[in-house]
Amino acid sequence: MTEPYHYLLMIVLVLFTLTSVAALLIWVERRLLALWQDRCGPNRAGPLGLFIVAADTLKLFFKEDWIPPFADKRIFVVAPAIVAATVLLSFVVVPFAPNLLIADLHIGLLFFLAMSSMGVYSIVLGGWASNNKYSLLGALRGAAQMISYEVFMGLSLMGVVMLSGSFRLTDIVLAQQDYWFIFTQPLGFIIFLIAGVAETHRLPFDIPEAESELVAGFHAEYSGMKFGMFFIGEYLGITLISAMLTTLFLGGWLGPVLPPILWFILKTSAFIVLFILLRASLPRPRYDQLLEYGWKILLPLSLINLLVTGAISLLTS
Amino acid sequence: MFSLLRSMAITFLHLFSKRETIQYPEERVPLHPRWRGRIVLTRDPDMGERCVGCYLCAAACPVDCISLQATEDEQGRRYPEFFRINFSRCIFCGYCEEACPTYAIQLLPDFEMAEYNRQNLVYEKEDLLIDSQGKYPGYNYYKVAGVDSGIKPKGGGTNENPPVDIHQILP
Amino acid sequence: MAQIHIDKESYDVKNGKNLLETCLSLGYQLPYFCWHPALNSVGACRQCAIKVFKDEKDTRGRIVMACVEPVSDGLHLSVADPEASAFRSQNIEWLMTNHPHDCAVCDEGGSCHLQDMTVMTGHAYRRFQYPKRTHHNQYLGPLVHHEMNRCIQCYRCVRFYKDYAGGKDLDVFAAHDHVYFGRAKEGILESEFSGNLAEVCPTGVFTDKTLHTHYTRKWDLTMAPSVCQHCSLGCNIIAGERYGSLRSITNRYHEAVNGYFLCDRGRYGYEFVNHPSRIQHPNVRGRQVSGKELYTTLQDLLTSKNWIGVGSPRASLEANFALRKLVGDQNFYQGVSKVEADLLQRILHMTHSGQIHQPSLQEIEQADLVLILGEDPTHSAPRMALSIRQAVRNIPLQQTASTHIPAWHDVAQREYIQDTKGPLYIAYPVASKLDELASYTLHDHPDVLAAFGFDLAQAIGDDPLGDQNEPTLLRNIAEALLKAERPLIVTGTSLISHNILEAAWAIAMALKHQNKNASLSFILPSCNSAGLAYMEAEPLEVLMKSAKQNGISGAIVLENDLYRHYDALELDQFFESLEDIIVLDHLEQPTTAQATVTLPAATFAETSGTLVNNEGRVQSFYQVYMPKNEDIRPSWQWLTELYQIKIGLTPDLLYPSTPLLEELAASLPQFAGIGAHAPTFGLNGQKIPREPHRYSGRTAMLAHIAVSEPRPDQDELSPFSFTMEGSRGFPPPPLTPYYWSPGWNSNQALNKYQIEVGGALAGRHAEVNLFAMASTIPYPTKKGGVNQSQSVIQNATTHTFELLPITHIFGSEELSGYGDAISKLAPAPYFAINKQEASRLSLQPGVDIHLRIGKQTYPLTVQIGQELPAGCAAIPYNIPPLTGITWPAQGTLIPTTP
Repeated sequence: MTEPYHYLLMIVLVLFTLTSVAALLIWVERRLLALWQDRCGPNRAGPLGLFIVAADTLKLFFKEDWIPPFADKRIFVVAPAIVAATVLLSFVVVPFAPNLLIADLHIGLLFFLAMSSMGVYSIVLGGWASNNKYSLLGALRGAAQMISYEVFMGLSLMGVVMLSGSFRLTDIVLAQQDYWFIFTQPLGFIIFLIAGVAETHRLPFDIPEAESELVAGFHAEYSGMKFGMFFIGEYLGITLISAMLTTLFLGGWLGPVLPPILWFILKTSAFIVLFILLRASLPRPRYDQLLEYGWKILLPLSLINLLVTGAISLLTS
Repeated sequence: MFSLLRSMAITFLHLFSKRETIQYPEERVPLHPRWRGRIVLTRDPDMGERCVGCYLCAAACPVDCISLQATEDEQGRRYPEFFRINFSRCIFCGYCEEACPTYAIQLLPDFEMAEYNRQNLVYEKEDLLIDSQGKYPGYNYYKVAGVDSGIKPKGGGTNENPPVDIHQILP
Repeated sequence: MAQIHIDKESYDVKNGKNLLETCLSLGYQLPYFCWHPALNSVGACRQCAIKVFKDEKDTRGRIVMACVEPVSDGLHLSVADPEASAFRSQNIEWLMTNHPHDCAVCDEGGSCHLQDMTVMTGHAYRRFQYPKRTHHNQYLGPLVHHEMNRCIQCYRCVRFYKDYAGGKDLDVFAAHDHVYFGRAKEGILESEFSGNLAEVCPTGVFTDKTLHTHYTRKWDLTMAPSVCQHCSLGCNIIAGERYGSLRSITNRYHEAVNGYFLCDRGRYGYEFVNHPSRIQHPNVRGRQVSGKELYTTLQDLLTSKNWIGVGSPRASLEANFALRKLVGDQNFYQGVSKVEADLLQRILHMTHSGQIHQPSLQEIEQADLVLILGEDPTHSAPRMALSIRQAVRNIPLQQTASTHIPAWHDVAQREYIQDTKGPLYIAYPVASKLDELASYTLHDHPDVLAAFGFDLAQAIGDDPLGDQNEPTLLRNIAEALLKAERPLIVTGTSLISHNILEAAWAIAMALKHQNKNASLSFILPSCNSAGLAYMEAEPLEVLMKSAKQNGISGAIVLENDLYRHYDALELDQFFESLEDIIVLDHLEQPTTAQATVTLPAATFAETSGTLVNNEGRVQSFYQVYMPKNEDIRPSWQWLTELYQIKIGLTPDLLYPSTPLLEELAASLPQFAGIGAHAPTFGLNGQKIPREPHRYSGRTAMLAHIAVSEPRPDQDELSPFSFTMEGSRGFPPPPLTPYYWSPGWNSNQALNKYQIEVGGALAGRHAEVNLFAMASTIPYPTKKGGVNQSQSVIQNATTHTFELLPITHIFGSEELSGYGDAISKLAPAPYFAINKQEASRLSLQPGVDIHLRIGKQTYPLTVQIGQELPAGCAAIPYNIPPLTGITWPAQGTLIPTTP
């Protein structure tokens, strides 16, 4: 368990799985969106249109890797790498199953929060380096959104921490042996879910991209594999938030009959589908509405949640 | 809040409704009998080109995708030296057929003209001319026009009097 | 001013007009056919019906024809009246009963007045079931196409051709429904203005035959305002292009210059632009060279030698100035012979003296006496001949002012004056077409004509009005000149005679001394002769001398065939003495054959430029389209590039030309203020589109080359765009690319561009006239006799003749002569002498002879010109092969061995 090759194996396994999942999500998302819109979705290339994944990846690789002459070149190149890197780093602490994780940090949850909020750098830097007004506006929106939602994202999880008494994610999972935290922390779950959507800039909270207003926001100037990194980063983000939701509120790998990893995958997949369903059904709120909602409703709610949870655990202990 | 959940539910339930997509080319929409697709150039009863190069189709074309040059044979019959239509621009509006005063341009039901090379969508006169009169059998513009272009002599057309002898003094 | 009420609206309108012009000027849509602003009213077509009411209370009214009803104060009329509009629509239905189903194959379609008027009246469906009358067509020559079936009997053609232009061979035959407009016998139309029939005819009976060969609808033409290049008058034209070739020339109205009409040389001379022998690529010593190699070759050439530049009277001011800048003002020469340069210098002296007025063509039409001295305007400046015809006609018409006949009432006026003509005196060596109108003609040797002129001046100076002696012919003419209010003297350079010029000047000065406002009009050899002369450069003779002396080894010849100005043998020797000759021109011609480097130059349709016409008027022509390939460039651009190469710029550093006109005005004070003649910007802050809004085929015309459309050509230098994009509306007259107005697709949309119908164009800001700006330097009048040239007059024993250059409308001008249609009309090279001389030499007309001029021998055909003086022979001026002659010239007949 502590041997280096084990770590290496885990890292390779997780990395490979995650990138495949992210790639597969291209197909999943398009297919699901199509189904919910009474269409068929990609169904031409390969069985069930699955080869669209390969085609899309190949296409991204062969596209012209264009760096606008007016861009700040170094930052422009670095920015898309940050998003993928930070999200992948967060996966270090995710417990997929008992003994199936890379590092069981005792501050696992804090590490996750730290890493996921790093992702905004890629948006801000990418938008700035593009030297394009739409990109810059997108980047500013991304930063504002991150600042607003990061606050109660952390706060909403404190209930879970209080109940489990640990920041270590395996401890949190194991603390849900009797009942999942979704039942004791429904408010915390909902707030974290909303914050998670905002964190990944998914619809309806894709304010930094908002193609109907900002062309494509912070990545308007990106093409080829650099755009691909943003693209993959978004799918990895979905997977991460889904995995975290599973871990924190749905008892992680815990479940009867089936092997733990399968439970974990099932629960995570359900959340991924939920993310896509959100995209399919909800309109994008206005920028000011988004911030207002965050500061005026979700932040007080998460504080109340924290207060109530604290009070109850004081009373019950 | 409830409306959000409701719309999510409604969207989700669409998973089970009927697909609207038609799996072209395996499945096809049945074309209506009066469906009109791309154009062809027809010929008159004696198999001469009907197009007289009047430029009205080009003028009527809203995407300006028809260009031609009129020329004349030794007998004075006008015909297009070239007649080019860029089908990669054509919107199948049929205005050219409406504008055509000689019934030369007629429309086919054909619209399935996909090509891997856009250049192949540029049709020249040779690609457009068909050996048929299309839907106006028997019509020959030069029989009803006033000009003599080797089809009929002056005054020999439909509804024409013989040419005036200007030297006669009878009323 | 009169107040009239149209459909209950009140207007203050001008008196003395008819109701049709008044309604049109006020913007009413009133259809008409037979009326034409230049041809006035006859009331033949019955189309412009309106209702006139007795007074305010009258509700019944009566239908009248607006074109034959005068404006009167307090008149109540209605255009929109249901009965009147029903009348108009039924009238057009009747006019259309015999009109063939031809629009698709008719060249008039899309710019057809009949179409416009039919749409205007709302007649859309043929109810008349009976057969149509038909006619046979006639062959009317290479310029005009005849399709008689389409006629609606408006009589405009004969009224223009016979009454206005003085043609004899087009007439109206037969009667009632059979009326036929044509020639008595098939054949080439004789009038030099036959091309105007295409524009005068409201439908497609007469159409442009050159356009017919590469037919394009008006809406498909890329058009730009241009100026005719084929004589010195500078008529305004519209040139239209399609698919990279020039398609047609139509009239562009200018109230002071050409008005509504052009001559056939101007209208059909454009064909040289599409000529197969156009130079397409730069050529260095017989090899096509381009890119880097061309650059290095030119750099070597330009830096290693002393260069002289030879300017051109048919190139724009910009091109000539760019050459002058390249070679330096000391090395810039006029590409004309000394005698021609001197003549022009003298003319500039005269015009600069400020003593005498240079009339515009419009003013010529108003002259009440015309004296033509040593010119045949019909051939050397045809449009002026048409104006002179109007002058001769207008003079008796002025008598009708005292009658009740209104000025626009064409038939009544013509009835009234019958055959009376105004005074016209012509002195020219051979008979000319205007002779038929002349009160007196004199055909003789140019020196005799000049002597006549001086005698006339003398007679004027002696004041014949007070003289009690027996009236002589001379005194009669002098008397007439003194009695005239606005006498006009027309002279020019076509006889290449100083004496003629001085004689005309003497007459004008004599009249001035008698306090008469005479005007003097000069006919110059080429479209920019005046502009080139203003550049003050030395002629070819000086060039050759100084080239020999100063060791010049290279010459740059700009758009000029020197063999049309100078002796062929001497030119051959001169070119041999040079190491390198760079020639910029449009077409392969004798001078380009001598060149070591030929650079393809853009024609007037492919570049913009500025010309100075015979009255000193500065006018610009504008680029119509981009040349076929990038190697064909405007001369000024080539020359500017050569200049930049010479001062050491590498190809990547070459920059587009600087505003040459501004530089020209700055470096030559005589051109100060020249740029003001036309705005250099578009309309409403946008470019003016060269293409009408109905332009077709943009996404298909080049699709056979590549289906992706190329970026449209950009025009940075002119106020125009090469596309349909830009500001529509009414651009200022020098920048009007075509005439169009809603419902008016034919050129008669011009009505909408005029302040009042038939009057000046709206929005003209400034005109620049170099002659008018000239300082008034008093110039001494030259008295005295004629400098007798070394003539062989009366020497009736030799085979040597003094040659008289006879200018011909078709052929004598270089560029138009390359055209297909015009070259067919050019006369075969002839040798004309009078009958006595012919019988002395026992020559029969039609016999081929050989004539030696200088050291050259030319094969010619004998003709009889009875009016020619003894010892003189007339040959056509500069009609190939009769080039390479230094004028004045003598010729010797070479006895042909049987």
